[in-house]
Amino acid sequence: MTADLVSVSIDGAPVRVPRGTSVAAAILASGTTRFRDSVSGKPRGPLCGMGLCFECIVTVNAQPRVRSCLIECADDMEVHTHDSAR
Amino acid sequence: MIVVGGGPAGIAAASAAADSGQSVLLIDRRPRLGGNVWHATVGERPPPEASTALQQLDRPNVQVACETEVLDLPRPATLLVGFRGTARELRYGALVLATGARERFLPFPGWTLPNVTGVGALQLLAKAGLPVRGRSIVIAGSGPLLFAAAAYLREAGGDVRLIAEQCSRMRLWRFAAGLARDGRRLRQAWDLRRQVSRIPFRTGCWPVRAEGTEKLERVVLRKDGREWTEKCELLACGFHLTPNTELAELLGCRLADGLVAVDEYQRTSVPHVYCAGEPVGIGGLQLAQVEGTIAGLACAGRLDQARGLIRERGRLAGFRIALARTFDLAPQLREVATQDTIVCRCEDVSAGRLASFDSGREARLQTRCGMGRCQGRICGPAAEFLWGWNPRGVRPPVVPATVGQLALASGLQGAG
Repeated sequence: MTADLVSVSIDGAPVRVPRGTSVAAAILASGTTRFRDSVSGKPRGPLCGMGLCFECIVTVNAQPRVRSCLIECADDMEVHTHDSAR
Repeated sequence: MIVVGGGPAGIAAASAAADSGQSVLLIDRRPRLGGNVWHATVGERPPPEASTALQQLDRPNVQVACETEVLDLPRPATLLVGFRGTARELRYGALVLATGARERFLPFPGWTLPNVTGVGALQLLAKAGLPVRGRSIVIAGSGPLLFAAAAYLREAGGDVRLIAEQCSRMRLWRFAAGLARDGRRLRQAWDLRRQVSRIPFRTGCWPVRAEGTEKLERVVLRKDGREWTEKCELLACGFHLTPNTELAELLGCRLADGLVAVDEYQRTSVPHVYCAGEPVGIGGLQLAQVEGTIAGLACAGRLDQARGLIRERGRLAGFRIALARTFDLAPQLREVATQDTIVCRCEDVSAGRLASFDSGREARLQTRCGMGRCQGRICGPAAEFLWGWNPRGVRPPVVPATVGQLALASGLQGAG
């Protein structure tokens, strides 16, 4: 199957992933593990993988606190991790 | 009729009802149907079973709404559902809850480090496009999911260093012996065994500490009083499953032992509300499908056909009982969390702080544990195991919602 890729940007850096890849998986694939900061400022990343723990929340296309494990990457999507706006 | 949850149980309920002429709306929070069990791998076709089941939904009387999740119950027979930051109301004549299960997490020092995930979670992330080829992985916790995930991750090129199951070897043998009576399960188990045969496997073993600075670097495990360190990039740790009963509770359905109580037609204690699959009891895929089918048929008034499946359901319920009996948690797991171990991840509340309270309610009021975004879904089962706190007491919204969403009451008519 020929690769059907989409282009997104993660913290300003361009990333190309197969269509259907979740934003969470794309963030991890790009080498970022710090999705958000906890209440006491510690780095956090995905835990449950199914949209219930809210550890994977990032800003997608200016929408804050989106559960990245529930969203598929789409062309020109802009993703920002550990946004200071909680 | 609305079905909440697009996994195997929900798909079965929707297609059984639709087959009998019912108008059905199936909703799921994910971008695609399949739930956890039938989550497809990126770039691949869904498992054949899943494709067959999904084909049954290709009818004019079935509507599917993905990226859609229930936020609230604003009035009788009405759901407020969220979709991409907006919301709308859906009225139903009958409701089938097929909300599945989630993993049970037990806190241990370092479990909040990035790259520590659940077991099913790592498999889901890998299916959703996380590359695992060549990466060192330790799988720990409890339940058959450990093997299923290990097999998948190994197949995807992951370097699975160890599978650590907390329950005893004796119990596992008894569980396996029980499976032997079912030919299909025996074949599945045998295939699984072949796929994980060279991976070191320890019973009576669990992680006591995850270490690393910005992310996981190694995990310390314990077995029979001995501790050792495994260097690994990924730690997948989860202690079996716990049912997603929040929506049922909010509707006022009666629960027994934390499970939604249903009659022979999968009807809950609330009129016109049915429940099928894991929230009725953690019992696996086949049972979920049969229960979903019974619920769908019953919804559509086909009680004779529904009755015809009762024996099959009874036969499959044996697996549910075996699961419940086998993967009980070892009491020593209560000693793993230290004073400083975070229990409530949403509000960063430590075990030491929580242990000082007499009840979950008191702890929640003083520390906000259980009031964060996960609404107690992650910390609740842990607190129940650690201190016996009763996790009941659901309040809307069912998942975090915006004021804008909750204010919307457009009164859109849903499917019958």
